[in-house]
Amino acid sequence: MPKMTNKIKISINGISVEVDPGTTILNAARQAGVIIPTLCYHKDLCIAGNCRVCVVEIAGQKRLAAACATPCEEEMEVFTNSLNVHNSRKQIIELLLSEHNADCTSCFKNGNCELQKLASDYKILKQDFIRLVPFKNYSIDKYSPSIIKDDSKCIRCQRCVRTCAELQGVNALTVAYKGDRMKITTFFEKPINDVVCSTCGQCINHCPTGALVEKNYIEKVWDAISDKTKHVIVQTAPAVRIGLGEELGFGPGTRVTGKMVSALKRLGFDAVMDTDFTADLTIMEEGTELLSRLKRALVDHDPEVKLPMATSCSPGWIKYIEHMFPDFLDHLSTCKSPQQMFGVLAKTYYAKARNLDPETIISVSIMPCTAKKFEAARPEMHDSGYRDVDYVLTTRELAIMIKQAGIDFMKMEDTHFDRLMGESTGAGVIFGATGGVMEAALRTVYELVTGRDVPFDNLDITPVRGMEGVREASIKIENPLKAWAFLDGVELKCAVAHGLVNAKKVMDSILSGEANYHFVEIMACPGGCLGGGGQPLPTSPEIRRKRAEAIYAEDANMPLRKSHQNPEIIKIYKDFLEKPMSEKSHHLLHTQYTPRERF
Amino acid sequence: MTTSYQLKRADFIFKNENDWEEVLSKSINRTPQELINELISSELKGRGGAGFPTGLKWKLTAEVEDTTKYVICNADEGEPGTFKDREILSMVPFKVLTAMTVCGHVIGAKEGYIYLRGEYFFLLPELNKAISEFEYYCKEINLDFTIRIFMGSGAYICGEETALFESMEGKRGEPRNKPPFPSNSGYMGKPTVINNVETLAHTYTIFKYGAKRFYDLGVQYSRGSKLFSVSGDTPKPGIYELELGMSLADFVEEFGDGDTKAVQVGGASGFLVPRKRFSETAIGFQGKLTGISLPTGGSMMLFNSSRSMFNVLDNYLEFFREESCGQCTPCRVGCQQLLKGIKAVKRGEKNAKYLDKLMRLTETMKLTAKCGLGQSVANSFSAIVENFREEMIY
Repeated sequence: MPKMTNKIKISINGISVEVDPGTTILNAARQAGVIIPTLCYHKDLCIAGNCRVCVVEIAGQKRLAAACATPCEEEMEVFTNSLNVHNSRKQIIELLLSEHNADCTSCFKNGNCELQKLASDYKILKQDFIRLVPFKNYSIDKYSPSIIKDDSKCIRCQRCVRTCAELQGVNALTVAYKGDRMKITTFFEKPINDVVCSTCGQCINHCPTGALVEKNYIEKVWDAISDKTKHVIVQTAPAVRIGLGEELGFGPGTRVTGKMVSALKRLGFDAVMDTDFTADLTIMEEGTELLSRLKRALVDHDPEVKLPMATSCSPGWIKYIEHMFPDFLDHLSTCKSPQQMFGVLAKTYYAKARNLDPETIISVSIMPCTAKKFEAARPEMHDSGYRDVDYVLTTRELAIMIKQAGIDFMKMEDTHFDRLMGESTGAGVIFGATGGVMEAALRTVYELVTGRDVPFDNLDITPVRGMEGVREASIKIENPLKAWAFLDGVELKCAVAHGLVNAKKVMDSILSGEANYHFVEIMACPGGCLGGGGQPLPTSPEIRRKRAEAIYAEDANMPLRKSHQNPEIIKIYKDFLEKPMSEKSHHLLHTQYTPRERF
Repeated sequence: MTTSYQLKRADFIFKNENDWEEVLSKSINRTPQELINELISSELKGRGGAGFPTGLKWKLTAEVEDTTKYVICNADEGEPGTFKDREILSMVPFKVLTAMTVCGHVIGAKEGYIYLRGEYFFLLPELNKAISEFEYYCKEINLDFTIRIFMGSGAYICGEETALFESMEGKRGEPRNKPPFPSNSGYMGKPTVINNVETLAHTYTIFKYGAKRFYDLGVQYSRGSKLFSVSGDTPKPGIYELELGMSLADFVEEFGDGDTKAVQVGGASGFLVPRKRFSETAIGFQGKLTGISLPTGGSMMLFNSSRSMFNVLDNYLEFFREESCGQCTPCRVGCQQLLKGIKAVKRGEKNAKYLDKLMRLTETMKLTAKCGLGQSVANSFSAIVENFREEMIY
């Protein structure tokens, strides 16, 4: 192996920089404190080099080079702001604008659009290229409950296509046609809702313009809040509290739980509760389900029981597996996601406790996720007798409402969630990070089986944490309690994956018989929910790392860290559900899945 | 500057000497280094239009260490006005197959592909027959090299070498970023030599007769002969093998109809030369001595005074608007703007000065487009708008 220690010396605008071989001009420039604008470039994705906004001049070369795609070479002299570069870049932006439906004031991404920012930075005041938008047969696809795709705003950078292929391995979005008709579309140009799309929303997170946005339900929620005949109850997912701040003036990784609760109360919600509560509940149900599957497999040798059991909290993952591995649905835990558990309990348990007619309850959830919108709209999610979750808002939509309401978020005092379904543990909050459900489940299951804490310092099961695409861990069960004697010496094998491209790796290794896991946790989005398709923009590996740190800090600061210790969980089993996997739980908290087509 | 070269006909490519078995066995008994030197000293440059030195291309690929390499014959002849490769493949396919195999020997490749233009499917039966006959002989002499045909699907952009690789790999035909170049990372990410059909046919001539015979044809920087596809307003359309370096005036003298107004050299992506520049224009690769010298894939389209240059340009732009792969901004949007722009000027919806803005746009396209397609639209656009501006406006 040749040693790669030799640095390459280049100059950028006269500033000399030393970089590792293979470094692109773009990254070298960043190192030198020179900013080169980009559009098709994204840290999460492979290099496309197709927007040409990042062009730079290299001494001795006739043509300009795309900084994102050109590796540095020894002695290279680069100019990022020569007149040639300036004029070309300006004209390229003008070209993009001529093909773009630049009706900014009616765009959901107004103020948060990378093309708009470039247009603003470069002050292209005389845009006299012919407007191409009216000549094209554009369509707006609004059929999905999660995602709106407006082709008139697409600048064809293919970030969404690369996201769908590289991060998610779904390939719902692809490029079709060529020349002026070239566009981003789906299989046979069907609506997104009718193809293999997992509704994860990662395409939205990576779209620089308003071509891909979430379907927003802001006005519906305002209507509900102002309707005096309705009791509007809101739940907030674990990852919202560590993401929301980014939209409201805080840096990435800021924990704003208390401020968020205050803001929600100010918005006028009648009750502000916590999805973390049902995350804890999920652990009770899912942990029990895992143990029962283990017993049926190891003791009863029941051929019907399927192992590994896979988590079911991530609705993007659920839709993905329904499309891609429809024969594997029996491996999924039958537990509903925490959102849907909350929804069904809001209109049963909560309604009863507060003496409310469930028909008057509007149940809203704030999620880091767009797939949750699809999940809430599933026909089977009506076990309360009503639609269990009425409206799902993304973290971004909540931030918009907070701004609309004139709430000075920075000045909010910390408040606590309302009681009954507002108490949670550290185990619930780590659901927001990849590996969190696994860690939370192990904390409870291990203690249930052995009567002791998991054998990790401070309950931190570090092997399942981190940002590796697939992580494996095993825990050996020793000296279990009498009831679980059959587990003595069993090494519980687990795997954690995030991003659907990694989910596929895990699935493939399970199907090939290569891996023999007992329990796998899969989250559709990179980093888990904290990197969800409804989280603040921009996203990058560093931002997701900071959010993960915040999640674990939140956990570490909780007085209770294990789901089964949550007093409200103990109460709900006592007053309402009886015990995990009871008849009632089965009816309300568990679900079944639908095989779907693979296109 | 006028050149003194008359049109000189040559006759190498289509001369069917039926001696490919001999040329093949003779060549593969020579060392790769010898063959590379032969090619380098012949100064053969790629005949697809870009004119990259063929010997250097083979040398660079030979030097890369890899157990898997590929030889690809680019037969995606899509440039408007070019029809020579089709003739080579139907008249003298064995020369091309031989050259590919020798290339395989030189660079260390065991597999070759002919990327055949989708519209040339009618060549398939004969070509397949030739390949089986060829492979039969290879087996006899214990030569391990297979040649397969990959059918294109009709996109012009797939003639661009990296888009061609993408297409062969089953992906959408879109040009890649360069570097890496094919000599390092081509088809399937492996070191690949990709040559135009005619280039390969010329290497056959060189391996048969030696570099000198080839080098002695043509002029400095533009050695050898080249096939020209002559079309348009000419009494004698067809394919002609001529020595490089001729002046366009001599060419028009020979092939024009006496009323030639302009010649499009190198197809839609090539250069348009108006009558007043015929005598100062030579056909060959750029060099210091030959004055204005135009590289070409061999398409020569003649226009007489009955032709509207607006219509000519409109036709080219219509072609590029459709054939741009659509991935990079300057090419995709630029082509649409140019086409809509000249129409708007013609109709009086934009004033004549708008043409200057479009000229600047072609400059941007030349500087910033990702591949040769978008970069070359400026060539004919600026020549037509500069020299026939009044036709654009009235």
